Order: sequence, then C-alpha cells, then structure tokens
Amino acid sequence: MKILIVDDFSTMRRIVKNLLRDLGFTNTQEADDGTTALPMLKNGDFDFLVTDWNMPGMTGLDLLKNVRADERLKSLPVLMVTAEAKRDQIVAAAQAGVNGYVVKPFTAAVLKEKIDKIFERVEG
Amino acid sequence: MAQISPAENMQVIGDEIRSLAENMLKELENGQLGSAVALVNDLNSIRDRTLYQEIGKLTRALHESIKNLNVDTVGAGSDIEHVNDKLTYVVEMTAKSANRTMDLVDASMPLAEEVGQQATQLSADWQRFLNKELKPEEFRQLSRSIQQFLQTSANHSKQLQGQLSEVMLAQDFQDLTGQVIQKVAVLIRDVENRLVNLVAMAGHVDAITGIQHDDITTTVDAKPLDGGDIAAEGPQIDTSSENVVSSQDDVDDLLSSLGF
Repeated sequence: MKILIVDDFSTMRRIVKNLLRDLGFTNTQEADDGTTALPMLKNGDFDFLVTDWNMPGMTGLDLLKNVRADERLKSLPVLMVTAEAKRDQIVAAAQAGVNGYVVKPFTAAVLKEKIDKIFERVEG
Repeated sequence: MAQISPAENMQVIGDEIRSLAENMLKELENGQLGSAVALVNDLNSIRDRTLYQEIGKLTRALHESIKNLNVDTVGAGSDIEHVNDKLTYVVEMTAKSANRTMDLVDASMPLAEEVGQQATQLSADWQRFLNKELKPEEFRQLSRSIQQFLQTSANHSKQLQGQLSEVMLAQDFQDLTGQVIQKVAVLIRDVENRLVNLVAMAGHVDAITGIQHDDITTTVDAKPLDGGDIAAEGPQIDTSSENVVSSQDDVDDLLSSLGF
C-alpha cells in the first residue's frame, strides 16, 4: 500500500505519517501542495491519497478535482484531513468526490476509523 | 486641538444664526426691508467663517491622525513590519517545538515497545515455570532473561524519564509565543483605534461640508460563489455558527445525510 501525504506544514505531514506507520502503512511519500502532488500521483503507483485542503499553490480541493478528472487516477481513494469546518465546504468536498473527511484537530482513532471505512468500501 | 467640541461649536453657531434671524424678523415687522436684506449678508459671512474654521481645524486633526498612523505603523522598520517578523518567529518557534517533541516521541516509542515485548515473552515463560513445565536448563535461561529484562527496564525507564522531561521543556515556546502574540494583539487594537479616529474625523468633514458618498458600498460578508469556487478559510475559531461543524461527529452526520 503506497500512500501520498499532502500538507503544507511539515509537522502535520509528520504526524499523519507517524499515525499511518502505527497503523501498519510504512510506504508513504510526502508533498507540500497540490502542484507538487499531482505529478507525483501521475507518475507513481499510489494506492491512497491523504490531503489537506488549505495550501498555497494548488489547494486540496483542486487536487481532488484534478484526480477525479484524470482517467488513470479517478478511482484513487482520497481522504481529506483539514481544518476547514464549514458545512458548505464539506458538501463541496463530497460533491468533488472525496472518500472521507477528517476535521483537525483529530485523533489517531478517528483517522484509523476513516481509513478502514474507505478500504472496506473500496474493496467491498 | 480645539477645546470646543464640534457639537458645542455647532450650538454657538446656531445661537448666532438664530439671533440674526430674530433681528431680521423684527426689522421686517418694523418695515425696514433694507436693514433686513443687509442681515442676509451677515448670515452669509457666518456660514463662510464657520465653514472655513471647521475645515481648518479638521484638516489639522486629520493631518495629525494620518501622521501618527504613518510614522509608527506602515513601511520598512515600522510596527507592522515588526509584527510580521514577530509572527514569523511564532511560526518558527512552534514548528521547532513540534519537531523536537516528535523527535523525542520517535526515540521513546521503541523503548516502550521493547520493554512491552520482553515482558510479554517473560510472562509466557513465567507461566510455564508456575505450571512446572520448565526443564532445569530452560529455568536457567529464564532466570538469565529475567535479570536481563530487569536491567533493560531500569535503563529504558531512565531514558524515557529523561525524554519525557525534554518533551515538557519543548513546550516552553508557549510562554514566548504567547507574549509575542499578546503584543501583536495590542498593536492591532491600537491601529484599529487610530483608524476609527480617522474615520470619525473624516465623518466630521463630511458633515460640515455636506459631502455625501452615494457610491461607497461596503461588502462586509463576501460569500464564496455558489457552486464551483469554494474557498479554503482555515480553522473556524467560532464554532457556534449554524454553518460550522463543531466535531467529527457532525462531519460524519453531514456526510451520511449525503449518502456516504
């Protein structure tokens, strides 16, 4: 399982990376915004994308839209981990095709629950 | 600055105009049309005099306010510039502390894991000993393992203690960044007050000269465009609003209502 973690803050990337490692996902890579993440996704065989929303360059929502618009990437599971907490925003992310939405600050248990749920649905 | 407030000044001018008007009426009642017309000129000169006086005063005050605002708060080496530096410092301090804390946690995790693993293994062997299932050679091995485990435990817990107190120390940023943020908050309030004064002053100028601004419209709450573009806003400080979710449970409820 190869996972791309996208967040503009390195500390948050590190937290997510450590939590994923504790959950048994050791094959992770990092990008600091959508602009750097998109070519990585296109050129790499990632199985899962965890992204923040609010980032300079390309935001997580635009990254999600780009992923859904790409023939090869469109079925990639995407989990959004973000501080954006407005109902309109969550609805917009859902409409753009997000697979899970976690609001910061979050706990390890919540992250695990959402990831499990996404793979349950993807595989089931 | 003028000792008389604009309101008091208006009162004085009003009284002057009233007494002139009363005189004018009196002259008219007495049939002195010429004298009444002459009083109209006096009225005009009062208007001109007060207008120029007021504008002069306000211009000076306005100038003072703008000067205050400029000197301390805008441009290179100014307060605003310092605020930028200060906030950059806050970001650096918090990032440094977060990384230091995570380094220590990364270093501590394997120590706790090792102690836990060894304890689990020893418990299994110890249970076999209690059940009298151990051969003498196995018992000697267990006894060595226990001794080793006790040593490891002592070493690791000492190391963990040290690392935990370092985690504690790594939180010292809160004091420093807190002070900086408080200073920035004070400055922003100060700038706000000066801006409010400026606006009030400009309002007086408008009132005296009778200028009206029909074309100024303020958009207080710029809403994101419907449909397509929805902007990122960062953390919501006030979660009491209807449109803001207050917990992960709210997010889950919302998503499940959308068929997730």
